[in-house]
Amino acid sequence: MMLAGTIYLSFFGAAALMLLPARQARCARPLALLTALGGLACALAALVGRWSQIEPGALRDITNAPWIGELGIRFHLAADGISLTLVLLTGIAAVTGILFSWNIETRPREFFALYMALIGGVYGVFLSFDLFLLFVFYEIAIIPKYFLIAIWGSTRREYGAMKLALYSFAGSAMVLVGLIAAYVVAGAKTFDLVELAKYPFPAEFQSWAFLLVFVGFAILAGLWPFHTWAPTGHVAAPTGASMLLAGVVMKLGAYGALRVAMTLFPLGLHRWQHLIAALAVVGIVYGAAVALTQRDFKFVIGYSSVSHMGFVLLGLMTLTQIGLTGATLQMFSHGIIAGLLFAVVGRMIYDRAHTRDLNELGAFRLGKAMPFAAIVFVLAASASMGLPGFSGFIAEMQTLIGAWRVFPGLTVLAAVGILIGVAFLWRAQTKAFFPEGGSPAPGTHLAAITLPEKIGALTLLSTTILIGLYPRLLLDLIASAFQSPLMQPIWKGTLS
Amino acid sequence: MSYFDLFKALIPEAIITGIALCLLAVDLAALRPQSMSVRLRWCGGMAILGCASAIGWMLLQPAQLQAGMLAIGPLTQWIKLSLLILTAFIAVISFSARFTVHVGEYFALLLFATVGLMLLVSADNFLLIFLALELLSISLYALTAFHKNRLASAEAALKYYLFGSVAAAFTLFGISLLYGVTGEIQLSGINAHLSAGHQEPIFYIALVMTLAGFAFKLAAAPFHFWAPDVYEGAPTPIAAYIASASKVGSFFVVARILWTAFPGARGGASAPGWMPVLVVLAVISMTLGNLAALMQRKVSRLLAYSAVAHGAYAVLALLAAPQQGLPSLLFYVITYALTALGAFAVVGVIEASGGRAELKDFAGFSRRAPLLAFCLLVFMLSLAGIPPLAGFFGKFYVFTAAAEATPRLSLLWLVILAVATSAVSLYYYLQILKQVYAAAPLEHLVWSPPARSSQWAIVLLAGTIIVLGCFPSLLLTRIAAVLSAHPF
Repeated sequence: MMLAGTIYLSFFGAAALMLLPARQARCARPLALLTALGGLACALAALVGRWSQIEPGALRDITNAPWIGELGIRFHLAADGISLTLVLLTGIAAVTGILFSWNIETRPREFFALYMALIGGVYGVFLSFDLFLLFVFYEIAIIPKYFLIAIWGSTRREYGAMKLALYSFAGSAMVLVGLIAAYVVAGAKTFDLVELAKYPFPAEFQSWAFLLVFVGFAILAGLWPFHTWAPTGHVAAPTGASMLLAGVVMKLGAYGALRVAMTLFPLGLHRWQHLIAALAVVGIVYGAAVALTQRDFKFVIGYSSVSHMGFVLLGLMTLTQIGLTGATLQMFSHGIIAGLLFAVVGRMIYDRAHTRDLNELGAFRLGKAMPFAAIVFVLAASASMGLPGFSGFIAEMQTLIGAWRVFPGLTVLAAVGILIGVAFLWRAQTKAFFPEGGSPAPGTHLAAITLPEKIGALTLLSTTILIGLYPRLLLDLIASAFQSPLMQPIWKGTLS
Repeated sequence: MSYFDLFKALIPEAIITGIALCLLAVDLAALRPQSMSVRLRWCGGMAILGCASAIGWMLLQPAQLQAGMLAIGPLTQWIKLSLLILTAFIAVISFSARFTVHVGEYFALLLFATVGLMLLVSADNFLLIFLALELLSISLYALTAFHKNRLASAEAALKYYLFGSVAAAFTLFGISLLYGVTGEIQLSGINAHLSAGHQEPIFYIALVMTLAGFAFKLAAAPFHFWAPDVYEGAPTPIAAYIASASKVGSFFVVARILWTAFPGARGGASAPGWMPVLVVLAVISMTLGNLAALMQRKVSRLLAYSAVAHGAYAVLALLAAPQQGLPSLLFYVITYALTALGAFAVVGVIEASGGRAELKDFAGFSRRAPLLAFCLLVFMLSLAGIPPLAGFFGKFYVFTAAAEATPRLSLLWLVILAVATSAVSLYYYLQILKQVYAAAPLEHLVWSPPARSSQWAIVLLAGTIIVLGCFPSLLLTRIAAVLSAHPF
């Protein structure tokens, strides 16, 4: 099937870029773009092929072959609506990330090789249904992040990179323990998710195993109070890597939490549901409140990611059809919108003005100097605020409706978080683009927006508007996936 | 059994011994007037030839002998095969040695150490085990001191010797007590005696004494104090040998002793036995090894502490039931040996170009030698346990085996500690890789490209680690085959 091509193509691209001779270095960017486009094409082809024949709850196998027989590990790739949505997101993020990294001049081959390796790992996680395989891809994604930040990053890059790597590795260590324990307890000599999900783990075991695995994954999804890697990592990363971090890497965490922790340990899920929902809401409000006080533009966006990922986790904890669907759509939507915001701040503004300080940016009168950037940012900010017509609105609305039925009190707090979200974006937008008074600093000339940037921005904008206007495009896919037999354990004992 | 049968079973050892003696003679008689590089090539070539012919013999003439002091079967042959391959790699990376003029002696001692290891692996008798251990150790003491114009080398050798002889004394004392209690020095005989149910307190003292001696060989904390100095002071190929071949052989013999001589004395959470001892060793080693490694500035010392930690992970496999424990142990130590060997080989390359192998000497290595830097990346990430490299699957398999140890999940806390310390270890491996990839090269180091041969060896090792990481079954099916034929 086409979908596996996304993984192979990305790793092939990474290998090809690494082996590219030094004098061909200028071919690195087109080559990376080509492989990323190939991946996106695979995802789109699968989506179109899929869309014409939606069968509710189908999990379609792509490959299922024995891999390490001694431990019953299989090379099992498959996809359902949730995977498909996130694969599509990864494809879009990969292509636009490369477009916004077009100005990488130092060691471009290595940059794009690491970039494609990261993408390959991400695709792999979204398509793996053998837990060992999933874990392998999950870890493959860690190391490129470190180097992308440590070599090409900015503010406190070595600190940010190391923090990110260690947080990710600590999270995956927790996941690893949980997986091994589940394997041993089930005693069926299999890591296959579909098989393991059928096994009724004892309630006592589920209780701690769920917490271990869920939190392990959720660290990467920015679960408060384990979110601190996210702002520093996002800020330190080069633009393309920030876009990937916020766009897809945080989704890895949320996806893993949903796919592995929630599916395998439903009893544990019900036990900790309220605690995690509360942490998610704290994340929403806290992230937004901290974003309100930042001077560094990128930190504003970084903390906003923590806040928006809180909605994903809140939606997951509702255990209602609408909440879960909303959470998954929010993963997609946030991936697109956060990518766009980072692109504007990191590439369009910082690479030209060489500052991200909101107080200093005012002097550039960016609203006049770079009308394109200003318009894109205003639209992206509106999408991020949750204005109707953009994808964020549908996603957060559904999440809140789902949450209202289960945790009314928390939902009110989350809504407050949305209000603060409007405030911090408004503040940042005004300070950076439309400051009151002042005149342009003398002698500042900002280079014009390049073509790759325009294409990238328009792609992301049109995606969020398309989904905002016609959400069924993805909603049907996602909703049907939650009806699958694999996801049934989640519903047990809840009013759905 | 006649002496001829015995000799036939030991022909590989005889080949290596013969070659070592030949090598000494040839170097003395013919090669003295030649230049260093010619002597290195000839002697090293002979050593490799010896390893190759012993390997060839073992492949063509599978030996099976379970009599007297020896227990030779497919498993031991296979381990010896791995040891010979590792020795051959060591010989290859010694080609560019600059530390000695005693070329013949160097390679001869290396081969004698290997003979010691091979006998250690084949022995079914405590006396022979002890003798083999001494042959190995004494050769290694001498080799450690081979860096004649480096004071640290002599210091390291002295430390190694002092610690080693005390440890050997412990082992010998333990063995004598065991003999006193059971009247046996044959491994299987001791087991028969234990199964009969006579277990006096003195037996446990003997057990702990014996284990303490081996813990020294495995560099398990708190018996690891020699390791950092030796890894730093010894000539790099010898450090690599101690980290790789010597580890493989020692772990195998410990597994054999525990599982054939003392299966009944395993003990448990409250019962006395070797399990509590190993648990204590593992806990101290993985914690101390990883934490101490965080503070190292010299890569060789860092690798020494990392070796202590890795030893602890291998000990986890010993705690599992033999059915899962043995394959996971073998996979783990062999892939670890290949990785450590590769890492030391790269350290050797850096040292050869004038660095002292401090962290900062690795700065900008990727700009000077992209291929070797990539290999180092592979080795470091494999040690850290990042997929898809062999080190990851090794750890995963060992952890799974330990979690499955009866009663199920009883050792999960230890697995959790192991996974957690392993997460810590990523920090110091990334410190090295940060220098290699992110830092700017130092100006004062004059980069001399490494010898072609060691470069090939390094690339081959890195390739093996990648392949074994992606397809661990390649090795696992081999292990399963030799184990199914005849465990121990």
